[in-house]
Amino acid sequence: MKMTNNILKQEIMESLPDREARTFVKWRYFKQNLFFSVVRLSALIIVISLGGFLFYIFINGIGAISWDFLTLYPKDSMTKGGIMPAILGTIYLTSGAIIIALPLGVMTAVYLSEYARQGTVVRIIRVGVNCLAGVPSIVFGLFGLALFVVFFQFGSCILSGALTLGFLILPTIIGASEEALKSVPQTFREASLALGVSKWQTIFRIVLPNALPGIMTGSILGIGRAAGETAPIMFTAAAFYTAKLPASIFDEVMALPYHIYVLATAGTHIEQTRPIQYGTALVLVALVLGIDLAAIIIRSYTRKKRRW
Amino acid sequence: MSRKLKETIIKNIFFLFALVSIFILALIVVFLFREGLPIFKVVSIKDFIFGSEWYPTYDPPDFGIWPLIVGSLIVTFFSSLIAIPLGVLSAIYISELAPYWIKEILKPAIELLAALPSVVLGFFGMVVLAPWLQETFDLPTGLNIVNASIILAIMAVPTISSISEDALYSVPLEFKEASYALGATKFETIAGIIVPAALSGISTAIILGMARAIGETMVVLMVAGGSAAIPESIFDSVRPMPASIAAEMGEAPFRSGHYHALFATGIVLLFLTFFFNLIADYISTKFKEVGSATL
Amino acid sequence: MVRIVKILILSLMCLTLVGWNTAFAGKTIVIKGSTTVLPIAQAAAETYMKTHPEINISISGGGSGNGIKALVDKSTDIANSSRFIKPKEVELAIKNGVYPVPHRIAVDAIVPIVHPENPVNNLTIEQMNLIYQGKIKNWKDVGGKKMQIVVVSRDTSSGTYEVWQKKILNKAKVTPRAQMQASNGAVVQVVSKNKYAIGYIGLGYLDSSVKGIKVHGINASAQAALSGVYPIARPLFMFTDGWPNGAVADFINFVVSPKGQVIVKKEGYIPLY
Repeated sequence: MKMTNNILKQEIMESLPDREARTFVKWRYFKQNLFFSVVRLSALIIVISLGGFLFYIFINGIGAISWDFLTLYPKDSMTKGGIMPAILGTIYLTSGAIIIALPLGVMTAVYLSEYARQGTVVRIIRVGVNCLAGVPSIVFGLFGLALFVVFFQFGSCILSGALTLGFLILPTIIGASEEALKSVPQTFREASLALGVSKWQTIFRIVLPNALPGIMTGSILGIGRAAGETAPIMFTAAAFYTAKLPASIFDEVMALPYHIYVLATAGTHIEQTRPIQYGTALVLVALVLGIDLAAIIIRSYTRKKRRW
Repeated sequence: MSRKLKETIIKNIFFLFALVSIFILALIVVFLFREGLPIFKVVSIKDFIFGSEWYPTYDPPDFGIWPLIVGSLIVTFFSSLIAIPLGVLSAIYISELAPYWIKEILKPAIELLAALPSVVLGFFGMVVLAPWLQETFDLPTGLNIVNASIILAIMAVPTISSISEDALYSVPLEFKEASYALGATKFETIAGIIVPAALSGISTAIILGMARAIGETMVVLMVAGGSAAIPESIFDSVRPMPASIAAEMGEAPFRSGHYHALFATGIVLLFLTFFFNLIADYISTKFKEVGSATL
Repeated sequence: MVRIVKILILSLMCLTLVGWNTAFAGKTIVIKGSTTVLPIAQAAAETYMKTHPEINISISGGGSGNGIKALVDKSTDIANSSRFIKPKEVELAIKNGVYPVPHRIAVDAIVPIVHPENPVNNLTIEQMNLIYQGKIKNWKDVGGKKMQIVVVSRDTSSGTYEVWQKKILNKAKVTPRAQMQASNGAVVQVVSKNKYAIGYIGLGYLDSSVKGIKVHGINASAQAALSGVYPIARPLFMFTDGWPNGAVADFINFVVSPKGQVIVKKEGYIPLY
């Protein structure tokens, strides 16, 4: 490609009438090279920032990681020991969130795209859902605090936190599921109906299975988001320190993102716990990136396997 | 059970679930208003939004959030200044210039960047960037607008980049081919044809990126500094709205004046993000290029 | 594909079961509030649970304001506080059916701190008043080098902040340019890295990374605080809803017992006796 470009360039230059035309063309190519360098530079900056950031967290955090770190309780006012309760807390909260958001989200998406009469009402609902996907996480935190912790008197616990997180990722799941459902070709539905299959059977046996990869990708990304969020759980579920694992969903938990935040800003030994903060950050980043990487791999795998 | 009956029952079950979801999402807005509006019995809307003193725990309290709003707007502005060029240019790179193998690596890499938890980025800004800024520029503090803008830009770039890239990718091939056929260089094609054609998508990307920056909580909580004053230089600390809410949420007693003020701040924040999202939605539907079938 | 998902779900359930079995807690005590009292509460909790393994204690910080608000909202059993409860808070509590009872568990002194390289050793209350209002802006005006003063303060939810406000600022407003920090630990962190800064912390957080300065020539020490000579001393409290009973009462009794006061001393604070 490059070689033909150069040959082409030579031919073009030779075919030009005079020096003025040649200079003009040279100037155009100069502009192009300048622009392309800037563009390549931007991409490079992004790659370096991402790489540098991850590398920095890795280098500073890897020292703290050990089997003990991942499986023990914190000791000695958090300056030693591990972060196991935080890891488990994050798992509990995220599982709770997805258990709430997934069924609700998928069913809503199915209704909106398969059953509802497409008109202004549905359009308003869709815009509303998209807007809520962009609402700051702190607003969800406020909402969770006011509704679940105080009004329902659940107190600060796994239930409140999971509900808040579930509502946080609900718009994302609805959006992703709708996209997935929309991408199933209409011809599939039409063929099924033409064969006499009822609408609900069409949905369950044809549309949903084909939309499943997209729905799964969306939910996995939602899980990744729920695992990394701090603001919604700050006042609805998270504690600085719990001596034991929660015995029920009405107990507070430690959580990875909150652990980083609280050790770094409100802890009792901020400088001494620095290695633990880095270690926790590394675990959280690894967890979230792992989850999202899984989603991306699943998505490209299913895209290749697609039958349409 | 007759087929028709089964059909209707199932349809109504779906409808019920959908209703619950939408009800919940509407509940959030309703609740915000319910808990936030009472503040306007104590202070007028104009004083609340434009008042420049935020002292909610004093006796008598001052509930002016103008410094908080300015803080939010300033960090959004500066982070966009960094994020928009980086985001759009890298989108151009991915969709037009990059060889296939780079594309396959770069696209997922940027998507992964989007997934980074904000608290880790805030931690990085607080622990690495702030001391560096403080040392290099001999500042009173490294937790300021510059720091917040850089970290917010890191968060906004993936959004801007991937949505712009989608927009650039969907420009019909005929446009490009026609341009080359007329003798334009690649740069002239990109700058003169492709980007203008994808402009609506790129604008959407930019606006959504800015919406993300304005609503981000943990980053600004940890690195913007926290002083509720209108800044005089880019090295001053600010207290954007989400940071203020997060910092004070725990101490405002249920249904006190402070509590209502925080919810009202949440309403203002909600309006701003809704506003951005609605504009993005409007632009993307109104100016949608409908593809080569219309040529 | 479906198999992988099933395996994942199964392993998740196993993890949960393991967690359940190894650490099934009986009663839980929820403690929230002051970051000043936090080290005492945490150290006490760690020790207490060695002798009472069936009790789970869950602790959070956030500031005295947070703790008291949680008590009023009935979302905590014990509220740590480094200040006394305000009349407005009492009103709200009673309205909510909560009757706050204070338990004095330690004594503390608030120490103004500066960067170790700062030559200033002594400040008067009037000087600190003007510094925190933003009216004195340069260290040279209080006997130091010619450099700007960076004011570091606490968030309004902090009990330490409230006591500082009452005793030093006397109801005046803190300059909006002050750097608000979320905890004692954060103030230490900021001041230790910033040669222009001045801040204030509870005695238990004083360490070698910052320099404590004298107030009116008096050093913050146990005797000075207990005898009342040191002007910025205060008791530390744990508030409960009504008179406590059961595990909560037992825990508070432990904290005020001689064994508990040893922990108070170890954390750098001043024991009651």
